[in-house]
Amino acid sequence: MANTVLDTTPHEAGHGDPSRRDFIHIAAAAGAVGALGAAVWPLVDQMNPSGDVLALASIEFDLSKVMEGQQVVVKWQGKPVFVRYRTAKEIAEAVKDDNASLKDPATDASRHKDGKAQWLILVGVCTHLGCVPNFGGGSFGGWLCPCHGSIYDTSGRIRSGPAPRNLDLPEYAFLSDTKVKIG
Amino acid sequence: MSGQHSTYEPKTGFTRWLDSRLPIIRLGWDSFIDFPTPKNLNYWWTFGGVLAMCLGIQIATGVVLAMHYTPDAGLAFNSVEHIMRDVNHGWMIRYIHATGASMFFLAVYIHMLRGVYYGSHKAPREILWILGCVIYLLMMATGFMGYVLPWGQMSYYGAVVITNLFGAFPIIGKGVTTWLWGGFAVDNPTLNRFFSLHYLLPFMIAGVVVLHIWALHVPGNNNPTGVNVKSKEDTIPFHPYYTVKDGFAMVCFLILFAVFVFFMPDALGHADNYVPANPLQTPAHIVPEWYFLPFYAILRAVPDKLTGVLAMFGAVGVLFALPWIDHSKVRSMRYRPAAKLFFIIFVLVCVGLGFCGANPPDKPLFGDGGIGFTLGDANLNSFVWLSRFLTAYYFAFFGILFVLGFVEKPLPVPDSISTPALSEKKG
Ligand code: HEM
Ligand code: FES
Repeated sequence: MANTVLDTTPHEAGHGDPSRRDFIHIAAAAGAVGALGAAVWPLVDQMNPSGDVLALASIEFDLSKVMEGQQVVVKWQGKPVFVRYRTAKEIAEAVKDDNASLKDPATDASRHKDGKAQWLILVGVCTHLGCVPNFGGGSFGGWLCPCHGSIYDTSGRIRSGPAPRNLDLPEYAFLSDTKVKIG
Repeated sequence: MSGQHSTYEPKTGFTRWLDSRLPIIRLGWDSFIDFPTPKNLNYWWTFGGVLAMCLGIQIATGVVLAMHYTPDAGLAFNSVEHIMRDVNHGWMIRYIHATGASMFFLAVYIHMLRGVYYGSHKAPREILWILGCVIYLLMMATGFMGYVLPWGQMSYYGAVVITNLFGAFPIIGKGVTTWLWGGFAVDNPTLNRFFSLHYLLPFMIAGVVVLHIWALHVPGNNNPTGVNVKSKEDTIPFHPYYTVKDGFAMVCFLILFAVFVFFMPDALGHADNYVPANPLQTPAHIVPEWYFLPFYAILRAVPDKLTGVLAMFGAVGVLFALPWIDHSKVRSMRYRPAAKLFFIIFVLVCVGLGFCGANPPDKPLFGDGGIGFTLGDANLNSFVWLSRFLTAYYFAFFGILFVLGFVEKPLPVPDSISTPALSEKKG
């Protein structure tokens, strides 16, 4: 055995498959890399949302607190959610622009629940770099983002500025006419 | 170092004993006392020492601040106010730390531009230059995370915008931002980790500084002529010549520093950061700290989100490649009239970009909006268009340097450091 180990020309004949030693090296290296990865992964993954953060998944909100033409901002998963009670005029303007040239085309109907056109519920995070757009600002009467000037219409669709997408819709459901569950 | 033979002679029994076990005094002696240094270094070379001092000041004041600061989203803002009002000398220590960050960046920008002008990034100093770029990156990360700690409105939305930059990358973007935040938005977990890293990174900077100085002491200093040291005539010992010169520069720098700390401590900050962070309301006008403004302007100049983010990272990334982009055989721009001109424009452009970053993109440059016409998506008479032209030059500068390496006809370069002192004019 000792001879085999010290033999510097193992590739010639003899002691089984010459690639056995390579195999040992590769297996050892792979094992070491695997072990290192297994040790490092928890140190990386600990930065992902922890259990208690994930647990705060949904909230309920009483819609009777919002007046027509107003918006209330509620906090959901640490993010602002806009609950906007749209006027008939704002809805009409949004529907009128369904076929305008839009960066991220969407009809107004796809942005609210059926029969609830007055309630527009959106994640209040600018799709550019995450600032909170200001209610009523900009040339479309929707929102204006103070950070880099993105303008959203009364359907929360991006109309100008650097933001790439419309304001996101959170998951939500109406529990009753005056109660909504977000998340 | 570099094959230089050591002139250190331990004088006492103890130092002889130590020297044969851990030659640390010898290392210090060879590096900072008897280190042969070109005799013609000007004041632009004193910023290395100034930077070391800045790092020391940030670490000393930072460790002390950390004794009173609470990294909790509900308590952080008040703990900073507690430092300002109640802690003995707390106001001064915090103002030194906050102003110190600005001073640190001021010094590093001068130090870097000095390098570009005199060709200090060129062979054999490429590694030295790259280590410098690494330090600069770490400084930006440290400064950014530190600014988040007081948890005011600017802190909060600075953190929001910068972390969202990573969200611009397709596929991985969302996962990366969630991972950075430790949640679904910037929140308490984000603040905690930023504090941990803000404490750690300066010590990593200190480590890279050691490598930086090591890499400096192998080829030795460059000098204003860019000509290699040829003989002993060209050098003088670091001490006392440059210890005194650097010391004088540090004192002058500290005077400027003190003017800010004691007479205008909030001039470099933003009033909105004295409003506690509110995740539901972004302040009307958010801007980063002045030292990030040029990059912020580049980000906003590009209408597409991902391209804007790539341009911004690229503006820093391109610095790493500078030793190979600027390949002219002549190091110092003193002897490169064309390169010198484009360099001066580059410096002005960087300042201009900073100015653009400080202003709202759609604000008119002249008049109140009546003048100018719309080009593409914005009025030509606006900061966004100005920043587009300046961004174009920022990147073009590197292309120009590359081309100049082939076509420029340099002025005659002196044979050695000692000749121009007698015959050449200064530049
Ligand atoms: C590279 C060196 C450093 C830089 C550039 C830097 C930068 C900053 C900045 C810009 C702030 C915000 C200041 C403000 O507006 O209040 C800050 C805050 C802070 N830093 Fe640092 N820092 C550095 C090193 C350190 C170190 C080594 C520590 C601790 C060991 C530290 C601890 C703190 C603490 C506790 C705060 C929050 C208190 C405050 O806001 O004044 N820093 N830092
Ligand atoms: S974050 Fe809204 S426009 Fe940039």
